[in-house]
Amino acid sequence: MTELGPDVRVINGNYAAAEAVRLVDVDVIAAYPITPQTPIVEYLSEFIANGELDAEFIHVESEHSAISAVVGASATGVRVFTATASQGLALMHEVLFIASGLRLPIVMAVANRALSAPINIWCDHSDTVAQRDTCWIQLYCESNQEILDTIIQAYRIAEHEDVLLPVMVCFDGFTLSHTLEPVAIPDEERVREFVGEFEPVHCRLDPEEPMTIGPVGGPDCYMEFKKMQHEAMERAREVIGEVNREFSDAFGRSYGDGLVEEYNTEDADYIVIAMGSVCGTVKHVIDEERPDVGLVRVKAYRPFPGDRIAEIIQDREGVVTIDRTHSYGAMPPLWTDVKAHAPDVEVSSTIAGLGGRDVRPEDVLRAIKVAEEGKGTDEPVWINVNV
Amino acid sequence: MSEMEYTIGAVIKEPGSTRRNKTGRWRVFRPVLDEDKCVGCARCFMFCPDGCVRPAEDAFKIDYEYCKGCGICAKVCPVDAIEMVLEEEME
Amino acid sequence: MIEIRIHGRGGQGAVTAAEILAIAAKEDGKYSQAFPFFGVERRGAPVTAFARISDEFIRVRSQIYRPDHIIVLDPSLMSVVDVTEGLREDGLVVINAPEDNWNDVLERLSGYRVYAVDATEIALDELGVPIVNTAMVGAYLRASKVLSLDAVREAIRVRFSGEIAEKNVRAVERAYEEVERIE
Ligand code: SF4
Ligand code: SF4
Repeated sequence: MTELGPDVRVINGNYAAAEAVRLVDVDVIAAYPITPQTPIVEYLSEFIANGELDAEFIHVESEHSAISAVVGASATGVRVFTATASQGLALMHEVLFIASGLRLPIVMAVANRALSAPINIWCDHSDTVAQRDTCWIQLYCESNQEILDTIIQAYRIAEHEDVLLPVMVCFDGFTLSHTLEPVAIPDEERVREFVGEFEPVHCRLDPEEPMTIGPVGGPDCYMEFKKMQHEAMERAREVIGEVNREFSDAFGRSYGDGLVEEYNTEDADYIVIAMGSVCGTVKHVIDEERPDVGLVRVKAYRPFPGDRIAEIIQDREGVVTIDRTHSYGAMPPLWTDVKAHAPDVEVSSTIAGLGGRDVRPEDVLRAIKVAEEGKGTDEPVWINVNV
Repeated sequence: MSEMEYTIGAVIKEPGSTRRNKTGRWRVFRPVLDEDKCVGCARCFMFCPDGCVRPAEDAFKIDYEYCKGCGICAKVCPVDAIEMVLEEEME
Repeated sequence: MIEIRIHGRGGQGAVTAAEILAIAAKEDGKYSQAFPFFGVERRGAPVTAFARISDEFIRVRSQIYRPDHIIVLDPSLMSVVDVTEGLREDGLVVINAPEDNWNDVLERLSGYRVYAVDATEIALDELGVPIVNTAMVGAYLRASKVLSLDAVREAIRVRFSGEIAEKNVRAVERAYEEVERIE
């Protein structure tokens, strides 16, 4: 949580993302504007034009090119950044596999937005959750402070030699991207010290040490490389926790154990499980009127902290997930992931906030009621919907 | 067992793997250059996408270890000095 | 926690007004949020913006449905949109209106605490353009006493620079002086 002090500025989520990139001192940026992420691209261009950030900005003609350009740049052994949302992320889809398969420590900010049709520029999680199987680490933020802090941490996580995987830092479009609130801006020198100089581990452009990047891997070896990616993702759990602790020591802020944040769970009869900014509204509801409810905020969706969540939700009166997306023809993704780790726990499923439908305190209360009534265990309950 | 080393990101650190991979095995047709017809214009040399035509002492020579038999050299030869012959018809 | 809704037309600076309030809150040692309306704007109400101000960190992330205070940048909006929708009983409305209109304004806003100022005249005098947001922030400060004048001066210098900042500070100060409770 942000402590008000002289280091605090009142900024929106997009600015917090751009500021983190400046503090980390990224070398190459390629991005294509798309609502609600566009201001990130604008702020970064401004930083570069004003000499506040010494980075190469590659202008591209699409998101597919943006991610391709940062894959190429990252493979030469420099620190890179890109940002997108919605259709832009969908357009990047095939290259996301290449980024993780090449084990490139790319950091990408995503201002979460729904996908067409119908055309919609507002928030939900259908863009990033649809990319969950691309082997990118996914971290979801609740506040603008957390966006800034998480992007800084993301470089440490991605570049860690036990991990070497790309990281998506996800934050709700408009609800965070276009909302101003106080954010403590850490000292530049201390951030640089925290992230350290980027030392490429396995990939670099060096005439003294030529290498082949992106060769064919046939049926004789492809599976081995995929299993290695899975193992790196598993090791990332440890690293995410470690980086969260070190960040807390250095800057005085932490987010649960880095993967899961618990709020009022200790003696809670009911547990709400959710991701992103809606968790702030859940906390507000707990503070104002439901001290018997606790929140499990899933910060890391991949790697998924399923065992930890299963432990927390044991022996409660009721448990409910709030998904801001859906897997049509099946149960929603967050519910499915939770149930895979806690098959014996009765978990209710709700869907809320698609396409920017506001999730109000009364909608959170409605989700809790679904758990109280033991509904939604084999069919999701849609919250605040008219059909 | 795979010949590939299980490096992070499948990066190949030791150079020369392309040289070791004798891609000439993929060939169905073999370009056969008739040195008597050849006028030494060097078109085949310039157009071969695999760099398999090499200038030699008195004519051009084709490197069959890597030539994939695409037939471009035969197509561009102005005097039809290169004939594409089915591999199985070669003795 | 105080929840504020600002109604304006395009170009009057409703979103900037919300941002200035949020930045000023921090100068006064308070937490804040400022955000535009998320969604398709309803007909006749081109721009709505919101702000929250609180002594504690603000966790709630939904939009504002039961505002404590309303700021109206353009009195003509009252005939196209229900500017007091969801406003608490005895809630505060600060409105830009020339004195000739005050009776009409009062009639439409009966039951609420209403403050009015001719912000258009102030903006034209001080800035040379009818961008009334900063003047209305000044009027709002006087009416609500939520934030200090110094904090808003500082916020304006953060948001604008040089001469433009100073002109806007003067607009804030004049509206602060000239605003009146009408009843
Ligand atoms: S057949 Fe193709 S690969 Fe072989 S020498 Fe001719 S042009 Fe080159
Ligand atoms: S293209 Fe034909 S004529 Fe020219 S160098 Fe090659 S074989 Fe000889």
